[in-house]
Amino acid sequence: MRIQYTTDIKIVRVPCTGKVDVLHILRAFEKGADGVYVVGCMEGDCHFNKGNFRARKRVEQARGILEAIGIGGDRVRMYNLSSSEAPRFVEYAKEMDQRIRELGPNPIKLPKANKAA
Amino acid sequence: MIVADKKPIEEIIAEVKNFTKILLLGCNECVTVCEAGGKKEVGVLASALRMYFLNQGKTVTIDEVTLERQCDHEYLEEIRDRIDMYEAVVSLACGVGVQFMAEKYQATPVLPGVNTCFLGATEKRGLWTERCQACGQCILASTGGICPISRCAKRIMNGPCGGSTKGKCEISKDLDCAWQLIIDRLKALGRLEDYEKIYSIKDWSTDRAGGPRKVEREDVQE
Amino acid sequence: MNVKTPSKLEKILAAGHFAVTSECGPPRGSDPEVIVEKANLIKNHVDAINITDNQTSVTRMCSLAACIRLKLLGLEPILQMVTRDRNRIAIQSDILGAASFDIHNILCLSGDHQSFGDCAKGQNVHDLDSMQLIQTVRQMRDEGKFLGGDDIKRPPQMFVGAAANPFADPFEIRVPRLAKKVAAGVEFIQTQCIYNLDKFETWMKIAGDRGLHEKVYILAGVTPLKSAGMAKYMKNRVPGMDVPDEIVQRMSGTPKDKQAEEGIKICIESIQRLKEIKGIRGFHVMAIEWEEKVSEIVEQAGLFPRPLV
Repeated sequence: MRIQYTTDIKIVRVPCTGKVDVLHILRAFEKGADGVYVVGCMEGDCHFNKGNFRARKRVEQARGILEAIGIGGDRVRMYNLSSSEAPRFVEYAKEMDQRIRELGPNPIKLPKANKAA
Repeated sequence: MIVADKKPIEEIIAEVKNFTKILLLGCNECVTVCEAGGKKEVGVLASALRMYFLNQGKTVTIDEVTLERQCDHEYLEEIRDRIDMYEAVVSLACGVGVQFMAEKYQATPVLPGVNTCFLGATEKRGLWTERCQACGQCILASTGGICPISRCAKRIMNGPCGGSTKGKCEISKDLDCAWQLIIDRLKALGRLEDYEKIYSIKDWSTDRAGGPRKVEREDVQE
Repeated sequence: MNVKTPSKLEKILAAGHFAVTSECGPPRGSDPEVIVEKANLIKNHVDAINITDNQTSVTRMCSLAACIRLKLLGLEPILQMVTRDRNRIAIQSDILGAASFDIHNILCLSGDHQSFGDCAKGQNVHDLDSMQLIQTVRQMRDEGKFLGGDDIKRPPQMFVGAAANPFADPFEIRVPRLAKKVAAGVEFIQTQCIYNLDKFETWMKIAGDRGLHEKVYILAGVTPLKSAGMAKYMKNRVPGMDVPDEIVQRMSGTPKDKQAEEGIKICIESIQRLKEIKGIRGFHVMAIEWEEKVSEIVEQAGLFPRPLV
């Protein structure tokens, strides 16, 4: 379909969202990501039964931590769709992009940049 | 195993916020199994603390080490050559590990990274329940293998009390009545007549009541 | 049965009369008049008065002090003692304190869990349990010895009671549990409030088959229902309470302004039926914050006047 979406999103492919760990999400923020979203299969359709449910819990855990340390829990989110839903994939990409633009950059980037300089 | 639970991250931040060189020290034993203080949890906490301090505009070193155990000298010795690099250690071991660290490294503040809860078992992932209060004089032989001291809310030795309803404890519908379990088990063992034996007044001197306890075994001492 | 203590309650039971007891909850304050007023409402209609011990784990004036107040009025108190709040030192010490005022009755209980009360974050003690408390009082009285083995000068002279709840689970051990208390040395039993008379009769039958009714005086517990709401609350919320649906329906089917009257009626009917059960030796009328109704219940149940011993 070749539908376009923002180039600001970097895709990290995993065999199943069940592979995504809270540590992966946190490390992404540590390295300067402004937001992280996990796109899994539809709930109930996981090839490995529970992978996407596990991912959702880990996203929630990351949300709690990010909120507690002042980075903002809304920067992380879980979406579900099936593999043939390209338009929905793009819709979620836009939604996330919009959300992160509203929230602004990851607050740790500024101190990090200052330190580097 | 010793079951611990995570401390809220806000509480840990309050403990460490004035330090600039911090070691997060995990433990590979019980707290790893109950997913509160192993290598993984050390990693998550380290990442969170690094971001917290960056966001505060502070330059803080957060290092991660996970030892085989924190309740044995030999493993704690592994960090002797680097302990002086840190202003504080957050130990994610149980209360035993935290204290053993503190005793060994007198000049370094050692802060607890978990809440130590009880001696228990993994019923399923994410659910740990109490089984033992380490009273020092095991009575399980007479109670069908179910401990009323750790599992009855009133640690009643001759139960159940009048609050036992439909197999549940008076304090919560989610909590099994230990004495119901004991009776069920005695029945399964064909020993229900044992129920009528009165358990006489317990000697609690081997419990916490007798003061800090020790087990000393000359046969295995060097 | 021989009389082993100066207890008036024991004498009445030993003489073969139906005994009547009731209870007063001490106030949440230090005003002695509260307990005196409550006692005065019931004193002519009961043989002895239980003073509850921080019931439902809500902090109140201590049972011992309130018992002394009754004793000073010339009444017969039953000291309720829970194992929740005292270790064995405090238990023995309080027993001696009570004995020094010639308080001759004690009811041995474990007590509700503290999570029900106003100090939910507190510790509980349970150094002993209720069974072991019975043994303790009997040892102090009969052997004149402390738990530690030393002699007691002027041992306590107490008639030893305990509670029994025929309605708690598991039912199959409810009679064995009574047998255990008897073996521990209990001399009188006050039961949980009885609404399910059929179940209670079954329990008494099994107890009777074991001859327990000849080894212990069983006082049947009754509590008048004030309203349909109370019936529902007791049924659904109070652990170890068995209120059958027909009782709830009978209360609900009565107009609101007549419900209290109906509750009293049910209570009196229960007593009449309980009187017929072999082994029932008396009644424990627990009119919760409704002490003024005790006299009416006792009179209409044909338990008045009280015998003089």
